[in-house]
Amino acid sequence: MSRWLKAGLPLLFFLVIAWFLLKGLDRNPREIPSPLINRAAPVAVLEALPRLDDRAQAIAFKDLIGQVWLLNVWGSWCSGCQIEHPLLNRLAAEKLIPIVGLAWKDAPAQSHEWLSRLGDPYTMVVMDLQGKAAIEWGVYGAPETFLIDKNNKVRYKHVGPLSLEIIDKELRPLIASLKQ
Amino acid sequence: MTAELGHLALALAMLCGICLAVFPSLGVWRRDARLMAMATPAAYWQLLLVLLAFVCLIENFINHDFSIQLVASHSNRDLPFWYRVAASWGSHEGSMLLWILMLAAWTAALAALSGHLPQAMRARVLAVLGAVSIGFYLFALLTSNPFERVVPAPINGRDLNPLLQDPGMVFHPPLLYMGYVGFSVAFAFAIAGLIEGRFDSAWARWVRPWTNVAWGFLSLGICLGSFWAYYELGWGGWWFWDPVENASFMPWLTGTALIHSLAVTEKRGNFRSWTVLLAILSFSLSLLGTFLVRSGVLTSVHAFATDPTRGVFILMFLCIVIGGSLSLYAARAHSVQASQAYSLLSRESILLANNILMVVAMFAVLLGTLYPLILDSLDMGKISVGPPYFDAVFVPLMLPALFLMAVGPLSRWRDTPVLPLAQRMRWAFAASLVIALLLPLTADSDYKPMTALGLLMAFWVAGGVAMAAFENMKTPSGAVDLSRLALQPGSWWGMQLAHLGVAAFVLGVTLVNSYEIEIEKKLSPGDVLKIEEGLSLRYAETTARQGPNYEAIQVRFELIRDQKVVGELRPEKRRYKASNMVMTEAGIKRSVLGDLYISLGEAVDGGWVTRIQKKPAVNWIWIGVVMIGFGGFWAAADARYRRRRVNSLRASPSDASSKIGKVSG
Repeated sequence: MSRWLKAGLPLLFFLVIAWFLLKGLDRNPREIPSPLINRAAPVAVLEALPRLDDRAQAIAFKDLIGQVWLLNVWGSWCSGCQIEHPLLNRLAAEKLIPIVGLAWKDAPAQSHEWLSRLGDPYTMVVMDLQGKAAIEWGVYGAPETFLIDKNNKVRYKHVGPLSLEIIDKELRPLIASLKQ
Repeated sequence: MTAELGHLALALAMLCGICLAVFPSLGVWRRDARLMAMATPAAYWQLLLVLLAFVCLIENFINHDFSIQLVASHSNRDLPFWYRVAASWGSHEGSMLLWILMLAAWTAALAALSGHLPQAMRARVLAVLGAVSIGFYLFALLTSNPFERVVPAPINGRDLNPLLQDPGMVFHPPLLYMGYVGFSVAFAFAIAGLIEGRFDSAWARWVRPWTNVAWGFLSLGICLGSFWAYYELGWGGWWFWDPVENASFMPWLTGTALIHSLAVTEKRGNFRSWTVLLAILSFSLSLLGTFLVRSGVLTSVHAFATDPTRGVFILMFLCIVIGGSLSLYAARAHSVQASQAYSLLSRESILLANNILMVVAMFAVLLGTLYPLILDSLDMGKISVGPPYFDAVFVPLMLPALFLMAVGPLSRWRDTPVLPLAQRMRWAFAASLVIALLLPLTADSDYKPMTALGLLMAFWVAGGVAMAAFENMKTPSGAVDLSRLALQPGSWWGMQLAHLGVAAFVLGVTLVNSYEIEIEKKLSPGDVLKIEEGLSLRYAETTARQGPNYEAIQVRFELIRDQKVVGELRPEKRRYKASNMVMTEAGIKRSVLGDLYISLGEAVDGGWVTRIQKKPAVNWIWIGVVMIGFGGFWAAADARYRRRRVNSLRASPSDASSKIGKVSG
């Protein structure tokens, strides 16, 4: 019996992988329920982080209180981030809301290079070199995007690259209603 | 009309593929030599027809037939000639046709060069290749017809993605596919072997040269891809652990295990299950790579436009080929077993460790590649797994592999006494240790233990090669005679060259990771930037330049050493007209000692945010991999594989004839 098991093990393993591949075929980046939704955004942990830029010292996290703003978790090593980056650039050009970047476990030089190459949509960027803030925010992986309301509550979270559809159909209406 | 001709040729080629799969199998079953012999013309005609289809596609690209969907979306009137040729495989459909062409070429080559095989084995192997090709024909004809017309035809095409407009595009995909598809031969031999229940050393000897050549091509293909990404993507990295890079790397890892495992199967008759499984695995991973690139389940810079129907088709095909062959393995594994005893320290054990390390490394890469997909399937979020994971798991796995790489070729089959082996290797170890500990002291930067460890491994592997060469030069009387090396067979030379290539690769990786310098600065005309003592860079001028299908802004930098201009670099920003995409073209000054690499970021008031990188010894990475690839070719060219009419029954496991000059007729 064990001989059969041994001989069949590779097949079994393949079937498991095939099952995941099949499931993967009709997958889309989807909204993930986050325990943070409707809870206070852990901003203090962001405030404690070093800033990637020094140009915007004028803006601090306390300035964001009372505003609707976006937190975008990214890293220059992340391919999904490259996909959503042009969309963030466009969103930033509209000056709709401040976008705060959380450079996650990324070398500062590479973050800089990324922003100078692809454009910088961020009002400010903080560096989470150890990944501690990401844990606090419950980040699965990059990219992730959080929407925070005027009362500093997390109202929305998107896991994976943003798409035009998600921005237009989910983010914009929510931003509009939160701004009122 | 050429498109229709190509389409017809492809359909006819599929008929040949069906004949190739059916008639030889029937022939084996009914013991009809004439039916088995039909494999040869079927394989030749198949190649001829696929070649015709492929030439038709290239003709459409060269002559700008924008009524073909593929040409309209991947070419343009201004696209230079060679990129038009390369554009024919720059799309999903075209690359599928390239894949089919490669498969037909390997099949025909096998048909031409397998006259010495027993008739039934030959028929079975070719039939398996024919059966595999049917799946690809169906895929191309039903879901990805490259000859699809578009009405009305556009006046001009949308152009090839500018990233692909590079000499790399001309060579990288064909080389890579030669490797990928080449593993189909080892796969076909494994399946035929399972059916016949035959895995003796003669079987291993038939498979070895084919596997070595496929593996060599795959090495070169990956190397070229890495080299291309280095200069084209503009950030100076040479490996990104991108899902599709991983997809080409996984079959390379199992292929590496396979060529070593085959050595044991040939020389000692052991590791048969390993060999069969690795042969199946290598080709399966090639197919998995195809699936990953074309189904859109993962995000990657390489991914083709996605289409779920294609994904479903390839997944079905994957299940039939991989699931079928693994089921066959499960059913027939008992017939594979055969074992000769060997002790804990022997060449067998070392090669077994190599097999295990390579397969574990493959699984680590597979896990990292599929992890986002697995999490997503379990509704746990969509993530990217980045280099931190891969570096963390990969390096510890490769260290023991590198250590054993030097020991393996010097150890003996069955049993190697520890002490004499350690004695033989003590000078190599002492020398590499001294170099590794002292060399980092000569650098200006801090002493990093990882640098010393990397150097130790590089020189240790090189030391192993040197020891092997030295011992083979010694005459029985103790004198050293260089000419004795010529007595060594091709497989010995190939192995040593490949191992030396690994040493060069490790050396390059270690030095570039330890000592690269990166400066990012805004530079304007006239600025001088000091890179290091006595070496500085001057922003000489900005010029505009017209390319064939792009306009470029070029910045000329002068490299100044001790007040003298010693060279210049010309990084560019290009705007491709048809697609309106901006590309960064790095300026690189290359040398064996290292590169100076400049890329332009954003333009800011009269100057550029410029990224300057000094990359010591970076070229050794690719020189090393080229040596690895040619090592595979050299080993495949071993004279004993070229002997015709070997009586397979007489071939003994310990084939002592591995000496050049004994090419018997």
